[in-house]
Amino acid sequence: MPETVRLSVNGETVTMPAGSTVAAAILKTGESAFRVSVSGEARGPLCGMGICFECRVTIDGEPHCRSCQTICRNGMDVRTDG
Amino acid sequence: MRLLYDVVIIGGGIVGAACADECARAGLRVAIVEAKMIGGGATAAGMGHLVVMDDSDAQFALTRYSQRLWDAMRDELPREVEYDACGTIWVAADDEEMREVSRKQEFYTERGVAVEVLDARSLAEVEPNLRDGLVGGLRVPGDSVIYPPCAAQFFVDRALTRGAQLYLGQAVQEITRDGVRLRDGSTISAGVVVNAAGSWSPSLTPRVNVKKRKGHLVITDRYPRFLRHQLVELGYLKSAHSLTADSVAFNIQPRKTGQLLIGSSRQYDVDDSAIDASLLSRMVARALEYLPGLGRLSSLRAWTGFRAATPDKLPLIGPDVENERLYLATGHEGLGITTSLGTARLLVDQIVKRTSEIPVGPYLPSRMTSELVHA
Amino acid sequence: MDRSRHECDALIVGAGPAGLAAAFRAAQDGRRRVTVVDDSPDAGGQIWRGERREPRSPEARAWFQRLRSVKIELINGARVFQQVEPRKLLAETYDGGVCELVFENLVLATGARERFLPFPGWTMPNVMGAGGLQALVKGGLPVERRRIVIAGSGPLLLAVAGYLRDHGADVLCVAEQASQGKVMRFGLGLINNAGKLSQAYSFLKGFKYLTDCWVTEAQGDESLKSVLLRRGGKRWSVSCDYLACGFHLVPNLELAELLGCDVAGGVVRVDEFQQTSVPQVYSAGESTGIGGLELSLVEGEIAGLAIAGRHDEARRLFPARAKQRRFADLLNRTFALRDELKTLAEAQTIVCRCEDITFDRLRGHDSWRAAKLQTRCGMGPCQGRICGSAVEFLFDWKTESVRPPILPVRVQSLATKRHKNHEE
Repeated sequence: MPETVRLSVNGETVTMPAGSTVAAAILKTGESAFRVSVSGEARGPLCGMGICFECRVTIDGEPHCRSCQTICRNGMDVRTDG
Repeated sequence: MRLLYDVVIIGGGIVGAACADECARAGLRVAIVEAKMIGGGATAAGMGHLVVMDDSDAQFALTRYSQRLWDAMRDELPREVEYDACGTIWVAADDEEMREVSRKQEFYTERGVAVEVLDARSLAEVEPNLRDGLVGGLRVPGDSVIYPPCAAQFFVDRALTRGAQLYLGQAVQEITRDGVRLRDGSTISAGVVVNAAGSWSPSLTPRVNVKKRKGHLVITDRYPRFLRHQLVELGYLKSAHSLTADSVAFNIQPRKTGQLLIGSSRQYDVDDSAIDASLLSRMVARALEYLPGLGRLSSLRAWTGFRAATPDKLPLIGPDVENERLYLATGHEGLGITTSLGTARLLVDQIVKRTSEIPVGPYLPSRMTSELVHA
Repeated sequence: MDRSRHECDALIVGAGPAGLAAAFRAAQDGRRRVTVVDDSPDAGGQIWRGERREPRSPEARAWFQRLRSVKIELINGARVFQQVEPRKLLAETYDGGVCELVFENLVLATGARERFLPFPGWTMPNVMGAGGLQALVKGGLPVERRRIVIAGSGPLLLAVAGYLRDHGADVLCVAEQASQGKVMRFGLGLINNAGKLSQAYSFLKGFKYLTDCWVTEAQGDESLKSVLLRRGGKRWSVSCDYLACGFHLVPNLELAELLGCDVAGGVVRVDEFQQTSVPQVYSAGESTGIGGLELSLVEGEIAGLAIAGRHDEARRLFPARAKQRRFADLLNRTFALRDELKTLAEAQTIVCRCEDITFDRLRGHDSWRAAKLQTRCGMGPCQGRICGSAVEFLFDWKTESVRPPILPVRVQSLATKRHKNHEE
C-alpha cells in the first residue's frame, strides 16, 4: 500500500500521507474557507466528525461531500466553493 | 371570563390566518384561537404551490380567483414568504397525457389563463434534467411558490395590527351557541364562530365531512440550477381522484433556496404521522422515473402531513347547516395554500352579507347532503 | 445503486470503544455473527480515531488486538439512516450504495458529539471544535508551530491540548469555563481513580490552564486572527491561528429515538444489562450518559455479554461500571455550563449555521418547533445537531422527535424498492 496519496485541490497538487482526509488536504494548502454559507460567509470545518456539514466541498464533480469523512484517493479532484 | 368579538376563528393555519386578516380588514373584531402554533399543521407540511386547477369549474374559479389575490399582494409579502413566480409544467409521458395537455390548454385559454404547450424538445430545453422520452407538457407561467408558515404568520400579524386578538397555545374544547369554550374552561364569546381547523375540524363539528389524507414529502439540499418550474405529472389527477387506494404521483418543486421539495402521496384512514417507508419509497421511485439525476442529490428531511379532504374535492366555505352562527372554512385538501385567500373573501362576504366576486354555491356546506358519504 | 444485505445475530452501530467492546464480547465464543457499522472511514470512534492502524494508547492497542482474535464484520463509511422493518436498518455507504442490515440484537453505541455555543465570530474559518481540530489533525492537518487557543469545557480540552502539543503546536492556553473550585474538587475526586489522576497531571504540566475563563469573541477578517478572552473582570486578546472550542459533549440519540427507545434527561435509558426499553436493543457508551473511555468499555462489554447470554460474567462487571458512573457524575457536574455562557451570543450572532439564522430571530419564539417553522433553523443538513444542542442550553427548548433519514442520504437511497406502476 502506498505511503502517500496525490490529489488536486482547487487545481493545486497536494501530497498527503495515505489515510488522510480531504479536509486535512484542503487545510494543508492554506485554504480555510471550504464553502460559502447561505448569507455569503466563508466557512470551514467545525466538528471534524461528519455532523456539522460545514466542510462540504465538491469532489470529482459531486457537490455537498463531507471532506472530513472522506479519505484522500489518488487523482481526486477537490474544489472548494469560493 | 367573557369577551365579545364579532368573529372567533378556530385554527391558525393559512386558512384561519387569511380569514382573520380579511375579517380584520372588513372592520370586524376578530379572535384567533390556535392550539399549538401559527401555520403548524398542513400549512407547514405542504408544498406552498400557488396553482390554478381545472378539475372542475368550481375548482378553477376558486383557484383562479385566489391566485389573482396572491398576485395582487406579492409585493407586500415579506422576504421570508419567499414568493417565487417559477411557474408549473404539467408533464406528459405518453400520447394520452398529451391529449390531456391539449384539453387543459383549451380550458385555460378560454378562461384567460396564459399557458404554453411544450413539445418533447422544448420540454427538454426548459427542464434538461427530465428524462428522455417524455412527450411534452403544459407550461403555466402564472403559477408560483411560497413558504406557507411565514405567509400564515404574515396574515396573523396583519390582523393583529388591525386589532385582532390571538389566543396562542389554547385549545378549543367545544363550540357553543355563543362562541367557544377553551380547554382551560374559559369562554370566548362571539357573534360568529369559524371552524378553520383543517383536519381537526370534525373533532369540533362532527357532521363536517372532512377526512384526513396523509401525504409524504422529502426535501433536498441546495441545487440551484437543477429545476426551474414546479413539475407535476399528469397522472396526479388520476390518483387524486381515488378515494380509497394509497397512491403516489410525481410532483416536485424548486424552492427559492435551491432546495427541491419532492412529493406526493395520498393515504386515507391513517392517523399515524410516522413515515411509511414503503410509500415513501414508491413516491421517491416515481420521482426518479421522471428525474433520474435526482437520485444522486442529497436529501435532508422527510415528513408527513394531513390534508383535510372532502368527498367532492371542494372546500367547505360558508354557514353550517345546523348552527347558523357557525361557519366552516375547511376541507381544502391539497389546495389550501392557494385557495386560502379566496376562501377568506368568500367567508367574509357571507358573514357581512356582501356580494361575492365568484359564486359561492359550490362551496357551501349545505351542498353536502346526508346521502353523500365518503366511499 | 449497489445494494448489499448483511444478516447478523448482533448488529453494533458505532465502532468506538463501546461498540468495539460489545462486538468483542458478542463475538468471543464464535457462536454468532457480529457486524459493526460506522459512518467514519475507520473504526475507533472519536477517541481512538486513527488508532486501529497506529495505536497510541495502551487501551487502544489492547482492544484492537483483542478484536483481531475474533471474527467480526466491520462496515466502515456507512451511515445508518432508516428503520424499514422492526429488525432491519438501512445504511448508506460513501459511494451511495445501500446496506440492508438485518439483525436479532442491536447495540446502539452511537457516542457523543461536541456541544457548540454561539459567540461573535464563532463561524469564522479556523474556529473549530476542540475534538474537531484534533480529528482534523488526526486526518493529516499539520499544526507544527501553529498557535492554538483551546477553550470551552471538559476534560477533552486537556486531552486535545496534549495531543496538539505532541504534534508540534504551540498551545497558548486552555480556557475552561468551569470554576476553579469545581475543577479542584474534580481533581481531588480523581484521587479515587489513580489512572486518571496521573493522566491529569501529565496533561496539566506545562499548560496555561485557566479556569473561570471563556472566549467572548473570535476576531479576524477572512479567517481567525485573534480571540478575546474573559476571566472575571479581566479581558484580553490573544493572537492565534486556530481556536479549538467545544463545550463538553452531548450524546447522539437520534437512532435510539428513531427506534422508539426511551430517552430521559438527554440519555438513553437502559437496564442493568444495558438493554433499552425496546427488547433486544441495547445501548452502551456515551449515548447512555457522558462518562469517558472506561465507562464506555465496561458498558460495551456488559451489552455484548448480555447478548451472548453470559449474564453472570456481565454481573461481575457491575462494580467497575458503578465506579465509572460515579466518576461520570462528578465529571458532568464539574463541567456543567455556567449561565454567563447564555449571554455570549449577540443579536447578530449566527446560531443556525446551515440556514444562517441569527440569535435575535430565534429569541422571540416559544419553542424549537415554532422557531424552526418560522425561520427554518434546524432544517439544514446538520438536522439540528449543532444548533439544537445550543438552543437547548440557551433557551431551554426541547428538540423534537426524529424522522428518517437521520442523516442526509441520497434521494435514491429512500427508494428501496423498484415500483413499475404508480397505481399499485
